[in-house]
Amino acid sequence: MTLALDTLGRLESEAIHIFREVAGEFDRPVILFSGGKDSTLLLHLAIKAFYPAPVPFPLLHVDTGHNFDEVIEFRDRVVAQHGLRLEVAKVQDWIDDGRLEERPDGTRNPLQTVPLLDSITQHKFDAVFGGGRRDEERARAKERIFSLRTAFGQWDPKRQRPELWNLYNGRHRAGEHVRVFPLSNWTELDVWNYIEREGIELPDIYYSHQREVFLRDGMWLAEGPWGKARDGETLLRKTVRYRTVGDGSCTGAVESDAADIHAVIAEVAASRLTERGATRADDRLSEAAMEDRKREGYF
Amino acid sequence: MSDLLRLATAGSVDDGKSTLVGRLLYDTKSVLADTLDAVHRASADRGLATPDLSLLVDGLRSEREQGITIDVAYRYFATPKRSFVLADTPGHVQYTRNTVTGASTAQLAVLLVDARKGVIEQTRRHAAVLALLGVPRLVLAVNKIDLVDYDQVTFARIAKEFTAHATALGYTEDAVVEIPVSALAGDNVVEKSANTPWYSGPTLLEHLENVPVEEDGPRRADGSGLPFRFPVQYVIRPRTAEHLDYRGYAGQVAAGTVKPGDEVVVLPSGRRSTVTRIDTMDGELAEAAAGQSVTLLLADDIDISRGDLIAVAGNEPKVTDELDATLCWLAEKPLRAGARVLVKHGTRTVQAIVTELRDRFDEQTLSSVDGPASLELNEIGRVALRLAEPVPLDDYSFSRRTGSFLVIDAADGSTLAAGLVGAPLPELDAESCTEGGDIAAQDDRALVSPGP
Repeated sequence: MTLALDTLGRLESEAIHIFREVAGEFDRPVILFSGGKDSTLLLHLAIKAFYPAPVPFPLLHVDTGHNFDEVIEFRDRVVAQHGLRLEVAKVQDWIDDGRLEERPDGTRNPLQTVPLLDSITQHKFDAVFGGGRRDEERARAKERIFSLRTAFGQWDPKRQRPELWNLYNGRHRAGEHVRVFPLSNWTELDVWNYIEREGIELPDIYYSHQREVFLRDGMWLAEGPWGKARDGETLLRKTVRYRTVGDGSCTGAVESDAADIHAVIAEVAASRLTERGATRADDRLSEAAMEDRKREGYF
Repeated sequence: MSDLLRLATAGSVDDGKSTLVGRLLYDTKSVLADTLDAVHRASADRGLATPDLSLLVDGLRSEREQGITIDVAYRYFATPKRSFVLADTPGHVQYTRNTVTGASTAQLAVLLVDARKGVIEQTRRHAAVLALLGVPRLVLAVNKIDLVDYDQVTFARIAKEFTAHATALGYTEDAVVEIPVSALAGDNVVEKSANTPWYSGPTLLEHLENVPVEEDGPRRADGSGLPFRFPVQYVIRPRTAEHLDYRGYAGQVAAGTVKPGDEVVVLPSGRRSTVTRIDTMDGELAEAAAGQSVTLLLADDIDISRGDLIAVAGNEPKVTDELDATLCWLAEKPLRAGARVLVKHGTRTVQAIVTELRDRFDEQTLSSVDGPASLELNEIGRVALRLAEPVPLDDYSFSRRTGSFLVIDAADGSTLAAGLVGAPLPELDAESCTEGGDIAAQDDRALVSPGP
C-alpha cells in the first residue's frame, strides 16, 4: 500500500505547508500579486491551504504603470471573484511626488523596489510571499524559502540562515521582514503542468494571439504606455505569446502558435531558451543583474 | 520507483564539485542555450579555451570572482527516468554547516574526492555528518581520475578505504557506491568512459536514475513505515454561514498514514479522539500519508491549537521536558552550558536551557571527547536540554521528521543549531576507524536499512 505523491502532488503539498507556517507564525503577511502566472499559481495554492476558510492575507501589486490591459483586467477579476483585498502601489505616484526618477531608458522594472519597500513599511507587513523560483536564475538558486531581509529590504547571500528539514525559522526583529517563496522548488515546466492539472485560468496573453510588435535587442516588444517603436524599428503583425508577464517595457513576446495549455507545455518542454533569457531585458544588463537587484530589495 | 531523488553534494574545496554538477547539468542537456551562451562568453572573457562548467552553478558575484562556491544552491534537472533536486553545497570554511543543511533532506549524497589525494580528513568528516543526519545512501565520486592516468589500483585503494570508513559509520556495503569520474573530461558522469575499461559499474547518472529511494527516511530494516504523526500547523475555522461549525486541524503528515475511524491522541495534553474526516479542497480523502498536506476533523470538540501533535493512539512519542540530543552547532558564537535558547520542534517553539554539554564528537577519529567546555562553529556534540514545557519527541534515528529540531537565538532570531533527538550515531570504538582496522559489527542501531 503506497500513497506516494507524484512530483506535482509533492510540490503542492510543500507549498501549502509553507503558507500555513506563515499564517501560524506571522502577524501581517501579504501575497505579491500581479496577475502573472506565478502569482496566480501562488494565490491558487493559498486558497487550497486554507479551504474552506478564506485566504487570511491581503494581496499587494507593485504597479509600474506599464501593464498589459489583459493582465490588469484579469487581476481585478480574480480579486473580486475570491473576495480578496488588493493593495496597489503605483510607481507613477512615487515619480509624481519626486521620490523616484524616471530612468533614461524608460524601463520601470528596477523602480519597483522603492514602492515595494515603502509599502512593506507602511503596512507593517512582516512576511511577503513571492512567486520566485530557484530554477529561474543562478542567484535565485541560492535563495532560501524563508529569506530574511533587513529593515532596508536587503538580501545578504553570505548571511542566510541554514534551512534544515522542513523547519522554517521565521523569527525576525522589528522592522525586518521575511520574503517567502513557496514555489522555490518548482520549475517552469512544473508550473505549466500544474496549471493544466488544476485548470487554472491565466490572462489570455500567455497563449498565442495576433499582436503588433517590433524587434529590439532580439526581443519582440509591443507598443504601450512605455513607448513606441523607434526609427528603424518596424511594427509587424505577428502570432506571439508571452512566457512571462512583467513590465511591458522589458518583457518581450515569443513567436508561437501555442494556443492552448497542451501546446504551451509542449513548447516549454522543447524550448532551448530559459524563460528569463528569452524575454526579460532586465536580466541581460549584466552577469549579476538579478543578484544586484535582490541585494537592493527586489525579489 | 520514485520519480524524484533528492541529493546533496559534499567535498572539500577544489575537488571539483561545481564542475561535476555543471557536467551533470550539461550532459543531461538540462542547460538551455542562453545560459550556455552566457557561460561560453564568461569563459572566453576569462581567457579560457573551453567553457568552465562551474560557472553554470556558481551564481553569486563573489563566487565567480573567487572561483569558489559560498552557499548552498538548489538545482533541478530531469531525465526521462527521474527528476532530481540537487543541494549543491560548498566545501569551503563553513563545511559542516552547509553539509548539514544539504543533508537534512537528502536521500543520497555524492561525496567527491580528488583521485590524487584520496580519502582525506574532510571526506571522513563529511561522511560522518551525512551518517549522523541519516542520509540513507552515499556515492563516492573519485574525481580527476584522468590526472592519475585512469589508474585502477589507485581507484581500488580509495574505494576500499572509503568503504571501511562508511561501514564503520553504520552504512551497509550496498548503500555505498564508488565511481571513478572526471568531471572536467566527462568520464563516467553521464557517458561511460572508454578510459576506464576496468570499471564495470554504472556511470554516476545511471546510478542516480536507478538507486532505490527510501521515502521519508524511515531507516528501518522491516520497511513497515512509521506510526502516524501530525504536527498541527493551523486551525481552520471559516465561521461562514456555509461552514459555521467547521473546525479543522491543518498540517502535513510527518510520518505514517491516517484514515477516518483511526483513534488518535493529541499531545502534549493526552486527550483522545477519533478522526472523522480528512479534508482537502479537492475533496475528502480515504487515507493520507507522509508528505501530504491535509486538514483533519475529529469526533470530539477538544482544545487543539498550533504546536500540538496528533499521533496514533497507543504508539505515540514520549512527552518530556528533559531532552538528550545531538547538536550540530552552526553559529559563530560558541555554545556553553547554561545557554538560554528557543527550540523549534514541529510546529511548536519552546524556551529551553542547555543544562549540560555531555561530549563533543570528533569526526576525524569518530570518537567522543567528554565534557567539552563549549561547542564551537561546525562542531557536533551531545547535550542535555531542559524545556519550559513538555513536548512530544521521537528519536531522530526513528523518524527524521519528528526527531529533528532547530535551536534558535531568542534575541536575534538566528538559527544556532540543527538538533537531533537522541544519539543518532552508533558508539564506535576508535580502532574501527583507522584504515585496515576491524570494522565494527552492525548492531541493531544501524543507520541504514539494506536495499531491497
